[in-house]
Amino acid sequence: MAATSSPAAGPLAPPRPPWRFRRPSVIPGFGLSFGYAMTCLALVVLLPLAGLVAKASGLGLSGIWHVATDPRVASALRISFGISLLAALAASVFGFVVAWVLTRYRFPGRKIVDAAVDLPFALPTAVAGIALASLYAPDGLVGAQLAKLGIQAAYTPLGIFIAMVFIGLPFAVRTVQPLIAEIDREVEEASATLGASRAATLTRVVLPPLIPAVLTGFALAFARGVGEYGSIIFIAGNLPYVSEIAPLLIVIKLSEFDYGGAAAIATIMLGISFLTLLAINLIQAWSRRRFGYV
Amino acid sequence: MLHDLSLDVRAGELLGLLGPSGSGKTTLLRVIAGLDAPDRGRILFGGDDATGLPVQERAVGFVFQHYALFKHMSVADNIAYGLNARRRADRPEKAEIKRRVGDLLDLIRLSGFGDRYPSQLSGGQRQRVALARALAVEPRVLLLDEPFGALDAQVRKDLRRWLREIHDRTGQTTIFVTHDQDEALELSDRVAVLDRGRLEQVGTPDEVQENPSSVTVLKFLGDSIEVEALADGGRVRVRGRETPVRAPDGAIGPVRLYVRPWQLQLVDLDAAHLSGVVRSSYRSQGRQRIEVEEAGGRVLAVEDFDGARYAPGHPVGLRINGGYVFA
Repeated sequence: MAATSSPAAGPLAPPRPPWRFRRPSVIPGFGLSFGYAMTCLALVVLLPLAGLVAKASGLGLSGIWHVATDPRVASALRISFGISLLAALAASVFGFVVAWVLTRYRFPGRKIVDAAVDLPFALPTAVAGIALASLYAPDGLVGAQLAKLGIQAAYTPLGIFIAMVFIGLPFAVRTVQPLIAEIDREVEEASATLGASRAATLTRVVLPPLIPAVLTGFALAFARGVGEYGSIIFIAGNLPYVSEIAPLLIVIKLSEFDYGGAAAIATIMLGISFLTLLAINLIQAWSRRRFGYV
Repeated sequence: MLHDLSLDVRAGELLGLLGPSGSGKTTLLRVIAGLDAPDRGRILFGGDDATGLPVQERAVGFVFQHYALFKHMSVADNIAYGLNARRRADRPEKAEIKRRVGDLLDLIRLSGFGDRYPSQLSGGQRQRVALARALAVEPRVLLLDEPFGALDAQVRKDLRRWLREIHDRTGQTTIFVTHDQDEALELSDRVAVLDRGRLEQVGTPDEVQENPSSVTVLKFLGDSIEVEALADGGRVRVRGRETPVRAPDGAIGPVRLYVRPWQLQLVDLDAAHLSGVVRSSYRSQGRQRIEVEEAGGRVLAVEDFDGARYAPGHPVGLRINGGYVFA
């Protein structure tokens, strides 16, 4: 190969092909599958969202602004997004440790624990909510212990946080788990032979390539937390201005036949969620580049 | 799996650990590096006992078959990694690290590649970066585990020659593992042949080739055929005819004679030790390789330089011009 005899002639990046709507492929059916995918996406995802925005736009921008600045709505939005962020952060850290232990260590019952991670996905959210509420209630199994320490979990924002961590955890675990499994042991050994301590190997060699996956898990857990309703309302206590989440407020508005107001809150949530997820995606794209993936 | 063995590596030498797969050569290398722990025995560096030292403190350079580069770091950061990982007191200044990385990039002939990422390099280039990364910490011993195993033939040859050059220039004590006899014989100052966890022989490439200590070593170093022979004090005889092979002192009676393809010569039937018919013949790199099938069905490989051509089916005689005798 020329590469070894003349080192200066490194592999040149091939010129980027001109952009084309359709790339040649050996598999037929581009038109059909593209059309099918777009139709499904439009019917299932875009149409309901468009309807939502259309309903909200009946109020006009000033109307939406009026709803958003209503103190009760503003506080519910703050609670929903603020606690979701905190819970996603906690779920990411906790989930990373769980994923690490499940992939790196062999212990009896590992398969069972591994399967149990998915349970928050499968459980009806109301069941999870009632279970959490009864556990963390002041006379519940865990709540009683916490009460001794002077901590009340149920019917406070802390309860919302616990419920959101619970439902966000599987996302955090499942996104990093395959990447942890793929870590090349030799890379760790190489780091050790070069004199790096275990801590340095972990922070400088093992963790950086996992950051994009951790961010994905964080984004998913956050999105799930923002939209979660069933498992939270039982444990939250739903005190206006204290532990009332935005999705609950939407339900309340609906039961009062204030469809415009409900749609307005939903649209605001949609906008904030979209911006947050966009920001996380951008950070992710940056970190992918930064960490040398091609 | 390793059995009890003692191997003395001399300062500044390039030692090849040669053996078939599963012979324990990689295990031995990893034990020396501290990546695996021996059940018993000691590892000494110079006069110091390194047996209890963790990998981090052994000051070895290890190069893996599949490079094991840090994908998220640039080439320069990869090479500087070992220096940056040092405790603050032992760490060279930033400018000094930069200078050393530059020197190493020159050494591996990749100057100007410092900002690239490993995924943008070819296999040979990656392995050179891995070598530079290991050399950067100025190890007491450099350990290479099948360093060219993942590369294609041409790159492999270039890298071999280049590794030898680097070794001659730096005088770095180096142990490398390979299952490729050619590679070991070409590169090494001394070769250690391992088989099934046992150290069979240690010696210069010439020594192990001329005086293989066992049939295992002999077979592993190249093709050979086994011939029934008789020792009678002087020369070894095959089918009643004397060969130029000297019998071991005092050996009388049947012995096993091993003959390499180039120690056989095509001759007339009446002067031959062995005979058969030509099965196939082809030319490769100036030599004629002929396969001769004996009456019993065994196929003998012969290498001849005279360029004589024989059609398949032609009866030929073979003269034994040399060989290795084992009792």
